[in-house]
Amino acid sequence: MTVWIAIAATALGCYVVKLAGLLVPAGALERPLVRRLAALLPVALLAALTAQQTFADGHVLVLDARAAGLAAAAVALVLRAPFLLVVAAAVLVTAGVRALGG
Amino acid sequence: MTSAGGGLTLLQTCALSLLVFTGASQFALVGALAAGGNPLTAAAGAFFLGVRNTFYGLRLSQLLALPRAVRPFAAQWVIDETTAVTLAQPTRRAARIGFTVTGLSLYLLWNLTTLLGALGAKAIGDTEAWGLDAAGPAVFLALLAPMLRTIIERAVAALAVLLGLGLLPVLPAGVPVLAAALAAPIALYVAGRRQTGTRNDAQEEDR
Repeated sequence: MTVWIAIAATALGCYVVKLAGLLVPAGALERPLVRRLAALLPVALLAALTAQQTFADGHVLVLDARAAGLAAAAVALVLRAPFLLVVAAAVLVTAGVRALGG
Repeated sequence: MTSAGGGLTLLQTCALSLLVFTGASQFALVGALAAGGNPLTAAAGAFFLGVRNTFYGLRLSQLLALPRAVRPFAAQWVIDETTAVTLAQPTRRAARIGFTVTGLSLYLLWNLTTLLGALGAKAIGDTEAWGLDAAGPAVFLALLAPMLRTIIERAVAALAVLLGLGLLPVLPAGVPVLAAALAAPIALYVAGRRQTGTRNDAQEEDR
């Protein structure tokens, strides 16, 4: 039963925070400064998330094969490679470095 | 999902995936429950991981301009992946298509894999050995890169990376990413001060 309570509380809380952003009236977002802030917030969140998915192992920062993979993806992006090639480069280099024992 | 290992039933695992639909929050809840945590404390941790979706919603409501009646339904799909795809689209039409296609396909895939995982189906082996754990951040990087056009966007991203990684060892899960969001107001504040600074300098020179 406690598990169901936890699931219900999480579902409700996570849904409310998702909906909250969408329900902010357009008028409140019209001021130029607020508009710019709303545009920059996802950039900040996604950048931090990308970095954490690359360098984090739980609460510890690590430098492993994923970093090499992301570096390969970055190089592919600079070379204006298509999207799928960018992702493939990251996956292949990560797997390659792991296979070599890195 | 590793819910089965966390002591959740098949029904509970699938309900969690269908109703919560924010990967990080689901894993956090299962982990906290498996560790014997109090259900409400466990839910609070999962909630923190979901708060960033509010900030995504702010931007998405501008980009998608959804009718009020649609918003409660679209809300469930407001997550990292749909936001990254929507932000990368050049027009409102493309943004709406991107949001819907990403939301629907991820919702179906995520819940299907949860069901298969809970049924005990063996996964495709070790995803790490195949380097697939690098695909997620690579997708985010590819979607994020075109957004980093101006100095201020690059500064925000760089500062967010520093905050997100620097605070990771010391703050509970989910909080470092939220703290990294502070990069946006900080960068705007610094940019604003610089602008007034140069304006004042210009006025000084006029005299």
